[in-house]
Amino acid sequence: MTNNKSKTLRGLLLGAGFIAIAAFIFTGCPSQQRMLDTGDAAQKVYVAPGEHDEYYGFFSGGYSGQLSVWGLPSARLLRVIPVFSQDPETAYGYSEETKPLFETSYGFIPWDDSHHPHISQTNGDADGRWIFINANNTPRIARIDLTTFQTREILEIPNTGGNHASSFVTSNTEYVIGGTRFSIPYEEDLDVPIDSYSDAFRGALSFIAVDQQTGRMNLDFQIVVPPYNYDLGRAGKGPSSDWVFFTTYNTEEAHTMLEINASRNDKDFIAAVNWRKAAQLVRDGYGTTMPGEYYHNYYSGKQGYAVNDVKNGVTVLDTREIDEDFIYYLPTPKSPHGVDIDPTGEFIVGGGKLATVIPVHSFSRMLEAIENGNIIDRIDGIPVLDYDSTIIGEVENPGLGPLHTEFDGQGYAYTSVYISSEIVKWSLETFEVVDRIDAYYSIGHLLITAGDNVNPEPRYMVGLTKTAKDRYLPTGPKQNHPAQLYDISGGRMQLLKDFPTIGEPHYAQAIRADKIVNQVAQIYEMEENDHPHAIRRITENRVERDGNVVRIFMGSTRSHFRPDNIEGIRVGDTVYIHLTNFEQEWDVVHGIAIKGANNTELLVAPGETKTIKWEPVRTGIYPFYCTAFCSALHQEMQGYIRVSAADSDVALSWKTGTN
Amino acid sequence: MIYSRPLIITILISLIIVFAHACGGNDTSERPSGQTGSAEPALSDFELEHGIGPVTERIELADEFDPDLVEKGRNIYEMKCEMCHNMEGRMVGPELGDIMERRSAEFVMNFILNPSGMVREHPVGQELLREYMTAMPFQNVQEEEARAIVEFLREYNELN
Repeated sequence: MTNNKSKTLRGLLLGAGFIAIAAFIFTGCPSQQRMLDTGDAAQKVYVAPGEHDEYYGFFSGGYSGQLSVWGLPSARLLRVIPVFSQDPETAYGYSEETKPLFETSYGFIPWDDSHHPHISQTNGDADGRWIFINANNTPRIARIDLTTFQTREILEIPNTGGNHASSFVTSNTEYVIGGTRFSIPYEEDLDVPIDSYSDAFRGALSFIAVDQQTGRMNLDFQIVVPPYNYDLGRAGKGPSSDWVFFTTYNTEEAHTMLEINASRNDKDFIAAVNWRKAAQLVRDGYGTTMPGEYYHNYYSGKQGYAVNDVKNGVTVLDTREIDEDFIYYLPTPKSPHGVDIDPTGEFIVGGGKLATVIPVHSFSRMLEAIENGNIIDRIDGIPVLDYDSTIIGEVENPGLGPLHTEFDGQGYAYTSVYISSEIVKWSLETFEVVDRIDAYYSIGHLLITAGDNVNPEPRYMVGLTKTAKDRYLPTGPKQNHPAQLYDISGGRMQLLKDFPTIGEPHYAQAIRADKIVNQVAQIYEMEENDHPHAIRRITENRVERDGNVVRIFMGSTRSHFRPDNIEGIRVGDTVYIHLTNFEQEWDVVHGIAIKGANNTELLVAPGETKTIKWEPVRTGIYPFYCTAFCSALHQEMQGYIRVSAADSDVALSWKTGTN
Repeated sequence: MIYSRPLIITILISLIIVFAHACGGNDTSERPSGQTGSAEPALSDFELEHGIGPVTERIELADEFDPDLVEKGRNIYEMKCEMCHNMEGRMVGPELGDIMERRSAEFVMNFILNPSGMVREHPVGQELLREYMTAMPFQNVQEEEARAIVEFLREYNELN
């Protein structure tokens, strides 16, 4: 029996051994098997700990109102830059310095819907100086400085309803453009029946000039156009760089149930605007001044409070009143969404949202058509060019609902297709689809690294999709929006990674890291701190009273505040705490939080001064502490403020350091 | 008996060897250099006396104080040092009123210019960190500014 058992055992062991050998020979190691399943995707997105990514990706936050910064290809979230929405973490929109950025002609607006980030350009390539982004809802454009990654300026756009066709820059950042998604009454009398749409409503295309030294924006002029919906825009490149292009839909001029009523016409238009000529017409006095209040908010110095520059009136070019032609309509099927210009500046690609083809216009043929007078109609003075005279190709079988196109500089275009949820790659030579790949799910914009530049870098593509559904671990009925990273360096598109993002990543751009990384500030230099309430010597720490206004001039370093014991504050006082961070070392941040403060904390970067407003509502001792884990003695970094009754005679006093 | 016990053992050992070699791709025995932190480089006599940092030679100190340099040093001291140091009595860091009697000018400059290196690698820096528990930060001070701070501290020491 024993011998038999032993034999059986040996047999089993041997059998198992041979099976293991056979399994190994035919399939390899378990870990290698996983690699085979996903190809080399993991290797391609792996950026070792401590190593840096090859690209910065700037993703709009959509309805979060912000701009998130990602490392690509690892898809690591580097930072969320607050732009159009308040951010309690950084006190953006809560601190006294940043609150003025949110002022508009409608009052303080603490939220918006940010859609299209666009990096400033030189000679048609992203240069990394600034990034602009539009607010869709209450029309504005923000400029973020890419040395501090800080929102420095927000400009309100008047006469506009839904600043969607924005904030695209021209080849040398001469202008940032904007276009109204909703046409609205444009005349002085705004209180009109909605039924008067065709008569009283107008569209506006905005041209915002950019100061090349400071980046400061200025609404140079607007063009009044027929009451369609102006959806997206792009500037030309190379030979077409004096032009910008906007898509329109709702040429039906519907003002209700657009889903049906604005989808009737077989063709709407791409509006081609010669911005250089328009700007010259403005200089030559063709413009009129349209009244209208709007806010221009910006920092006038390196630090300090953003200022509100309230403006009134904008110079307007009205095509109905100007004989010169500077804008042309290119008929384009059907309710086109995106309009994208290839790297050579020759091909104008419409995203024919409801069309069965991707229509491609030729810029040189457009110029010939203008020259030859191939004009089939005029609408409010705007020439409508003959479709056949400008079109050069129609990409067949692009899927259902083509939206947006970017380019690889190797002769191929990549178009996102919403309804069939895919990306199609097609040839700019044959206008034929050569490859297609699924998107998860319902793709809107896509980006290619430098894919809207004169010199695209055919490395990566990111698809920005609208629903995640089953792609990640579920987090309730609402999932974060996904993005998918693809490798486009080979012949075929390859999915590398699928990752959740912030808000709605509506559009995004990627720029090679070496164009930015060396200019990034590590500190705010104390010598250059021009904040009016900064302290530049720690001995200047103090508390001042002026009536009911109390200003605390406070300094911080590891690991204390000065002053940290303050008495003589009274109920009814408005207290401003101006905290200057005396650190001059990269990424050593101090914060301050006060019990009962009904707004937020402050987070103060090295060398920076920030202010929190606090109105204590009852007597007591109010602890405050550093919110940033700054040192081993972080938990010791604290203080007390004594708040006395409104009629108290407790003297104002402050101290640090002696019990 | 067809199969001997030694043969079975041999096959099993062979299998283990095959798997171990074929799948052992995550070998961690080789560390990148500079990651261990165990071996401290020996400091030179100059470094022991005058600190580790950009100042590697003795500097000339005139008997007379340069008033412009003193003023420049005072400005930087008040902006970037006084938050943590008293002239008399310890605070976050050691008192500085008599520092120029206790340390060389080069040592003070190297501590200002390379504080993280000093507390990590220099025995005096390590001892100070143990005592004060807060590492001195680099305050974005340039070499000629550190020289000015030394001039200010020298004059203070002389006058007080």
